[in-house]
Amino acid sequence: MALLEVRDLSVVFQRKGEKPFTAVDGVSFDVDPGQTVGLVGESGCGKSVTSLAIMGLLPRRGNRVGGTATFEGTNLLSLSDNQMRERRGRDLGMVFQDPLSSLNPVISIGLQVTEVLQRHRGMKGDAAKRKAAELLDKVGIPDPTRRLSEYPHQLSGGMRQRALIAIALACAPRLLIADEPTTALDVTIQAQILSLLKELVTDTGTALVMITHDLGVVAGLCDEVNVLYGGKIVERAERHALFNHARHPYTHGLLGSIPRLDAPKGEKLVPIKGSVSDNIPWDNGCAFAPRCPNAIDDCRQTMPVLETDGPGQLRCHNPVELADAVREGAR
Amino acid sequence: MTTIMPKRRKDKVDELAKAAGTSLTAQAFKRMRRSPVAITGAVIVALFLLMAIFAPLLTPKDPYFRYPELFTIKTPNFIPGSMPGFLFGSDEFGRDFFSRVLVASQQTLLVGVLATLIGLSIGMVIGGLAGAFGGWVDTVLMRLVDVMLSVPSLLLAISIAALAAQPSQWTVIIAVSIVTVPIFARLLRGAMLAQRSSDHVLAATAVGIRRRTIVLRHMLPNSMGPVLVQATLTLATAILEAAALSFLGLGDPDTDRAEWGLMLANAQRYLEVRPELAFYPAIAIIIVALGFTLLGESMREALDPKNRR
Ligand SMILES: Nc1ncnc2c1ncn2[C@@H]1O[C@H](COP(=O)(O)OP(=O)(O)O)[C@@H](O)[C@H]1O
Ligand code: SF4
Ligand SMILES: [Mg+2]
Repeated sequence: MALLEVRDLSVVFQRKGEKPFTAVDGVSFDVDPGQTVGLVGESGCGKSVTSLAIMGLLPRRGNRVGGTATFEGTNLLSLSDNQMRERRGRDLGMVFQDPLSSLNPVISIGLQVTEVLQRHRGMKGDAAKRKAAELLDKVGIPDPTRRLSEYPHQLSGGMRQRALIAIALACAPRLLIADEPTTALDVTIQAQILSLLKELVTDTGTALVMITHDLGVVAGLCDEVNVLYGGKIVERAERHALFNHARHPYTHGLLGSIPRLDAPKGEKLVPIKGSVSDNIPWDNGCAFAPRCPNAIDDCRQTMPVLETDGPGQLRCHNPVELADAVREGAR
Repeated sequence: MTTIMPKRRKDKVDELAKAAGTSLTAQAFKRMRRSPVAITGAVIVALFLLMAIFAPLLTPKDPYFRYPELFTIKTPNFIPGSMPGFLFGSDEFGRDFFSRVLVASQQTLLVGVLATLIGLSIGMVIGGLAGAFGGWVDTVLMRLVDVMLSVPSLLLAISIAALAAQPSQWTVIIAVSIVTVPIFARLLRGAMLAQRSSDHVLAATAVGIRRRTIVLRHMLPNSMGPVLVQATLTLATAILEAAALSFLGLGDPDTDRAEWGLMLANAQRYLEVRPELAFYPAIAIIIVALGFTLLGESMREALDPKNRR
């Protein structure tokens, strides 16, 4: 059995006097122990909402969550707030996008690490401090003992994100969700943080859900990738399959819009036309149709369903032909 | 000046609450050190504090003693003015007016600080509960606070003080402090609500930190900046309002006590003979209130995220 089984997860935001908005629409995926699974898609496609729903961190009011997220046999979505509080930090960890605002500016890094140790491990005083220094050391923060007494503004962006990773992994959760953990960082730092994450999850056997809008991140990290569009999974594939023969036109677009180091000189990037905000709801056919180069009449009438496609899954009426895909992949 | 008009008060309070999470950083402090307004305010406040603390040592004469030499001239309605040894001359009872103006600063400091502290404590409990629990607790408490805010503060203080069976300085302190409660409550509540939806509170929640710890460690300390600014501003208002209550005869009726508001009230009767009797306490009140206002306003400005750089 998978470590985390997400089944038919949906999140509908409903504000008074406004039309309900479906941010996540029937998302299902599995995460096996030690596996790294990517959730990829443009900004606004529902990645963060998916992860917040699994963690039970959505605002208490103004939304409806459906489906299940079964972690080690327990449906997290059916737990009470206090039961979830016991599990967060202990069984499930999360790293957010903006390391500066995710740390409390007025308390020391040390306290922010030790409070988690105290909460779930009952560690106090010097024992907790020693463990905290050890954790900072493990995420590559130099001079960890001194850093314990420093405040977030005294650390660089990369160091802050390392500290947050240390906090999330302090109690050795079996699942870590990283929501665009490098988006707010300098390009050079991004690679360091990614390889640190990779190293940590490999060493500890932690399963990782990697959320990103950047397929380049997925390339080096994920075993399996789920591509999201408009709150639905449109393609699921093993990493190599995705890069070598993606079949969904949207995935293709995403691949086309990342710079390839091996691309011939002078070749232009092909950005995906339009944006997610042009979405038509899925109940009028395919939400990607207005932007899709492959769109056919059927796409505007019936909603494509997620179907098994070789080893992966695909939601498309007129996917990119495998021959083209292979050719393009080998380009 | 410091008494914020009732209608606009709510907006001002909300504006200040928005600065939540921006604690008194070294950066803000540095900015204040460069500002002449802040320095002026800080100097006035420091001088006032020194004066109040060391008043018993600074007074050249006994402020409570009725000096016979000031009474020697037995002309009715004559009050001696400045003379050697008695810088500001005599008051209507033959006491050294300079010494009395000096010691009165103690009374002002005591009333101002106590009224502010009491108002701050009660206001923080109400605002803290509303901000921590949200929901109906918040709704009920804030309705209450809005009602209090809608009554002009001096009017409310006068009503409270007038209702007291036995006027004393405690009725003044309580009346003035109750008036400040809704301001502190609304301010802290706004700052706490901003903290509640902040990233670092979400991150702490994501590692399972208990709700109580979240409120006390992650929301409350980050919400204190604007509250401290307001406390400084409130000191000015409290001093003015306490003086006003005494002036209106709603304070301690004991004529021995030196108190600027009371001095001002008594001076009215001798305005034609000795206008200085009104002038000195009035100037003292204005300068001290101005000092706290300048300091508070420059703190507010330094904390404003819009001015960060
Ligand atoms: N609290 C909320 N209330 C209403 N709509 C929301 C809320 N949070 C997110 N959304 C909407 O849900 C959609 C998905 O958001 P999100 O999951 O944050 O996207 P991303 O994939 O960039 O992480 C967006 O259109 C966003 O506007
Ligand atoms: S279903 Fe049609 S519109 Fe949607 S992605 Fe496939 S081809 Fe394009
Ligand atoms: Mg996001």
